[in-house]
Amino acid sequence: MLNTNEAIAREIRREILKATAAAKSGHPGGSLSLAEIMTVLYFDEMKVDANDPQNPERDRFVMSKGHATPVLYATLALKGFFPVAELASFRQINSRLQGHPDMKHIPGVDFTTGSLGQGLSGALGMALAGKLDHSPRRVYTIIGDGECQEGQIWEAAMAASHYKLDNLVVILDYNNLQICGEICDVMNIEPIQDKWKAFGWHVIELDGHDFSQIRAALQGARATKGQPTLLLAHTVKGKGISFMENKAEWHGSAPNAEQLALALAELAEKEVVRHE
Amino acid sequence: MSKMIATRDAYKEALVTLGQENPNVVVLDADLAKSTMTIGFAQRFPERFFSIGIAEANMTGIAAGLAASGKIPFASTFAIFATGRAYEQIRNSIGYPHLNVKIAATHAGITVGEDGATHQSIEDMGLMRGIPGMTVICPADGVETAAAVRAIADYVGPVYLRMGRSAVPVIMPKDYEMSWGKAVYLREGRDVSLVATGMMSAVALEAAEVLAAEGIGAEVLHVPFIKPLDQEAVVATAKKTGAVVTAEEHSIINGLGSAVAECLSEQAPTPICRIGIQDTFGESGKPAQLLEKYSLTAKDIVAAAKQVMLQKRT
Ligand SMILES: Cc1ncc(C[n+]2csc(CCOP(=O)(O)OP(=O)(O)O)c2C)c(N)n1
Ligand SMILES: [Mg+2]
Repeated sequence: MLNTNEAIAREIRREILKATAAAKSGHPGGSLSLAEIMTVLYFDEMKVDANDPQNPERDRFVMSKGHATPVLYATLALKGFFPVAELASFRQINSRLQGHPDMKHIPGVDFTTGSLGQGLSGALGMALAGKLDHSPRRVYTIIGDGECQEGQIWEAAMAASHYKLDNLVVILDYNNLQICGEICDVMNIEPIQDKWKAFGWHVIELDGHDFSQIRAALQGARATKGQPTLLLAHTVKGKGISFMENKAEWHGSAPNAEQLALALAELAEKEVVRHE
Repeated sequence: MSKMIATRDAYKEALVTLGQENPNVVVLDADLAKSTMTIGFAQRFPERFFSIGIAEANMTGIAAGLAASGKIPFASTFAIFATGRAYEQIRNSIGYPHLNVKIAATHAGITVGEDGATHQSIEDMGLMRGIPGMTVICPADGVETAAAVRAIADYVGPVYLRMGRSAVPVIMPKDYEMSWGKAVYLREGRDVSLVATGMMSAVALEAAEVLAAEGIGAEVLHVPFIKPLDQEAVVATAKKTGAVVTAEEHSIINGLGSAVAECLSEQAPTPICRIGIQDTFGESGKPAQLLEKYSLTAKDIVAAAKQVMLQKRT
């Protein structure tokens, strides 16, 4: 039963693994790092209705690190935006579930992404529209730590505080890895907290796998007036699957049948241990 | 069956060889070195390799500065980001000053596959072709890619080199050398001209076999240089056969088909049919499935050849 956040996150992880394995393609690492955050966003925080995905007063979500479609689609499916069975068509020809989020065709996807650095600007536009409409709706977006190397991120960071967008929350998936290895080796982004603060943001640091910390941080964002909030979420790429954790190689390669079985067994084992 | 090799794999080796020969060659990449295969150069010549991070616009400007200081920079990332994200940096910081930067992009076209439309660059040749003084090269296979890497390092000026992700058949002889700005006759024929570039040249050869079996002589002209276009060769084959099919893994707008149509309409008006992406975005799928769905197979070239032959002026 999906009656706890923990159970939902575990189910999201299963679907991430199954979908990428079926597609023999996709990005498990940076999806697994987001299972807890996506659970809280969609099952606790955001005002969205799977039966009314285009409701103009819904909260908005932009997966700026668009390659994390496995976690996005798994979450949307479990929330009821489309059948869970459809995840088997991920990345296949003629499927709605494109390799990167496609707002034209997929219910629940609010913005098309895949080219890094662009989603945050889109989210900013949605937040500006919310202000124009005097609407309480909020805008959430997830960016990668590697993605922070894109100049457009910082153009958007400047603009969001300029326009005092307290209806905008950015969650930085700080998993320390990008494709070519550790962030600090490829292109150092530190001191990242100071950078966001210098750009006028309210910054909250947290453990991105701790449900109560995620909830508290989102609450902190809500309470913040006159400036946008950045949640600096420390995460583990590949989280939950021991052989995938903290390994750059699992950024963009899918598990084969044997690896899938191992990974699902590990999730099942953890479930049993928790219940004892 | 001929040997299959991805042009990006040939790029990897050619770049290492070039690095040995020429200490002025430097390489830049934007967190895709393991995919563009500049990783080979990075491991061999770490002091001449610059990891720029996910920052294509910055990478392009840095390459311009390196070139302005006498280096020969090869800047690599996926074609969509190389030409799209950094278009105006290329135009104003490299094209206008005519700097010696080699934009060597991989993962061009629809055969990128499962990543889908956001990653399938089908407009890149058009973007680059429109920049005055830019050379645009789209090699047919691994052998020609290696030859192109040598040739563009010797040439002084901006170049866009377009490579793919998937393995493609080797159709060029081992000792192949590039003639700057020249097209390559792959097959003689009298009835119809198949003018192709990149991976579609192998597909055009396949189509020519099918047509031959039906008694139709197809001439196959491979065009590695989208710019400068070998107008002489294009006009000659058009005049000879009186019917032209162009084939490219790119939009039919602004790529090879457009370049050939522009040339022929001014110099030798000829019926023409353009095989390519028909002004639409791609989607996720396996490369072979996508080539089929978007009508980029030998079957499609054969049908186009028959169609265009009906329009011949007698
Ligand atoms: C503009 C752009 N450049 C390059 C890429 C290719 N790419 C996809 S994911 C990725 C690494 C992303 O790293 P990060 O933002 O840290 O994501 P995560 O670790 O959460 O997966 C790169 C370079 C892209 N999608 N967009
Ligand atoms: Mg990361």
